[in-house]
Amino acid sequence: MSTTTATHHDDHAHDSHGHPTGLMRWVKSTNHKDIGTMYLWFSFTMFLFAGGLAMLIRAELFQPGLQFFQPEFFNQLTTLHGLIMIFGAIMPAFVGLANWQVPLMIGAPDMAFPRLNNMSFWLLIPAAFLLLTSFFVPGGAVAGGWTLYPPLSVQGGMSVDMTIFAVHILGISSIVGSINIITTIFNMRAPGMTLMKMPMFVWTWLITAYLLIAAMPVLAGAVTMLLTDRHFGTHFFNAAGGGDPVLFQHVFWFFGHPEVYIMILPAFGILSTIIPTFARKPLFGYASMVYATTAIAVLSFVVWAHHMFTTGMPVAGQLFFMYSTMLISIPTGVKVFNWLATMWKGSMTFETPMLFAVAVVFLFTIGGFSGLVCSILPVDIQLQDTYYVVAHFHYVLFSGAAMAIMGGIYYWIPKWTGHMYDEKLGKVHFWLTTIAFNVTFFPMHFTGLAGMPRRIPDYAQQFAEFNMISSLGAFALGLSQLLFLYVVIKCIRGGAKATNQVWEGAHGLEWTVPSPAPFHTFETPPVLK
Amino acid sequence: MKPILEIAALNKRLAWRLSLIAFAGLLFGFAISPIYDVMCKKFALNGRADSSATAFDKTLKIDKSRWVTVIFTGNTMPGLGWSFHPSQTSLRVHPGEITLTSYEAKNNALESELGVAVPSVTPELAALYFKKIECFCFKQQTLKPGENRKMPVMFYVKPDLPSNVHTVTLSYAFYNGLPSADKAALYQQGDNATKLN
Repeated sequence: MSTTTATHHDDHAHDSHGHPTGLMRWVKSTNHKDIGTMYLWFSFTMFLFAGGLAMLIRAELFQPGLQFFQPEFFNQLTTLHGLIMIFGAIMPAFVGLANWQVPLMIGAPDMAFPRLNNMSFWLLIPAAFLLLTSFFVPGGAVAGGWTLYPPLSVQGGMSVDMTIFAVHILGISSIVGSINIITTIFNMRAPGMTLMKMPMFVWTWLITAYLLIAAMPVLAGAVTMLLTDRHFGTHFFNAAGGGDPVLFQHVFWFFGHPEVYIMILPAFGILSTIIPTFARKPLFGYASMVYATTAIAVLSFVVWAHHMFTTGMPVAGQLFFMYSTMLISIPTGVKVFNWLATMWKGSMTFETPMLFAVAVVFLFTIGGFSGLVCSILPVDIQLQDTYYVVAHFHYVLFSGAAMAIMGGIYYWIPKWTGHMYDEKLGKVHFWLTTIAFNVTFFPMHFTGLAGMPRRIPDYAQQFAEFNMISSLGAFALGLSQLLFLYVVIKCIRGGAKATNQVWEGAHGLEWTVPSPAPFHTFETPPVLK
Repeated sequence: MKPILEIAALNKRLAWRLSLIAFAGLLFGFAISPIYDVMCKKFALNGRADSSATAFDKTLKIDKSRWVTVIFTGNTMPGLGWSFHPSQTSLRVHPGEITLTSYEAKNNALESELGVAVPSVTPELAALYFKKIECFCFKQQTLKPGENRKMPVMFYVKPDLPSNVHTVTLSYAFYNGLPSADKAALYQQGDNATKLN
């Protein structure tokens, strides 16, 4: 919309003429709100699909022995569940939230490059198509784990190539999207909004976007090397030709660890937005939050080899990665204590977004602690590739990232739709999700400690009870998300009229525009006090 | 706020600068490969320190006061129809002492095959101190169907091997020496064969 804002249209005339309708409104949209909406729906679709894969996984693991699937197909399920949840569900959801909220929060009329914004979204569709259809090519989908380790990924069939291209496309989409977000944040802020006055969500996204443009190309390089090893006779990862499969793990995790912070930093931003609203106090330690986020981002580039403690490396290297990993808990701890201090003596109320936020602070910290346990070298050697690791990363990715996204959606949806969501159903969704999540994943700590390996469709009898509990929890967790879909649709269709401020304790530019937010906002920059 | 055209120009400039970061990231992704090779040689990562011939060192002192057990092992990788094993599974040697041993390989396939042996040494650190003067792994080996070959390895352990290392394992993985694209086809054939069974 950069050109339309340049010309001095009368606002009313513009609204009635320039508003495209029908399908083309979405296909050709350059409006940050429309694109944000599309990102969120895309993400939710992928979330349900990859969640469906998880249901199949848990169905197979309901009892020991092979009931439904052969191991080859089971491995495809776990691999695609991971790939789609990460690249199809969590990351696009955050980009969708950024699209909606960043321009509103900084008082910009739109993103810096609206057409690129449209491109970043539509690139997701062919990538998702490649991933989803890879189930139907000869040999089935990728089955070597979401990390695409060689030699399996060098030997695999056509689906590996499809996944590599999907990763390339997703990488371009993320990089273009991130450049757009950084440029928007740096150049389009309303006058008077200095960097240190920006809302925390904007700050965390700024840092996340930097992580994305530094880390995603490394992954693109890694999968390109895989591709040339597969088809063009290179030997990057082929030991027979002087290469080394472990090299891939180094390149992959050099991307992969920043990637896990890409998936959690915006969640931190959402928490830092929700908690002050419902504690009715300003965020405690704003500046320290900014520095802690930056510190986490910088440290994320020097801890990658803690994913590979068992691949063999000199003790000095192992110790370095162990200590640098432990170091991350310091800035993360700063953030957790800042949230607690924000809640301290606040006049708290527990609407659905706040319930999600408080639960995330608690559950993410559990995931953080189990991460700290895994960072201890001798313990990690015991726990590598067990269900303990599965429990750990679901505590940080589901009850960290995904539940923060849900909280964020409940928090902002009145602004998007103009209606309040059904508070009672929202709370039911929250409690079902939280309880089912813990029933699913808490027992995995125990099965993992007892030595149950991940990515295996069968297990020893001794794990039967805990796995049955996990599976029952997972089915409940999956079903509860349909309730979420219902609440969102109900909120779009109608509900109590939302005020401009929506929440009593909400502050910031996005709450000064009407609800629902009009198609164009802040065409003349707001004035900050 | 500045005039909109000025902002558009600023946006463009910043976007190009940011894409430089992305481009540098891509280059770095590829650069990790040679960097890793250098690190492996320097710090004996993965026991990969030495896969080339070392010249015979006449000034070498044999440390008669110390014994090191060298264990030999070897295996063939999928795609190569050979049987392959060391002639002796272990030897006790003095550091600095030049020792000759051998491995035996037999081609059980119906056609002649090209094999490449990739050595590795454990503990990894010992790879820096394990020197090969002669080894069948220095060049590719071709075996005719049914051919049996005894292949020599001449090595010594450097006397400055850290004193806490008492046992060194030398391991070879024999790969099919075909280009990897052909090999991928071979793996798939193998897969189909197992499925038919």
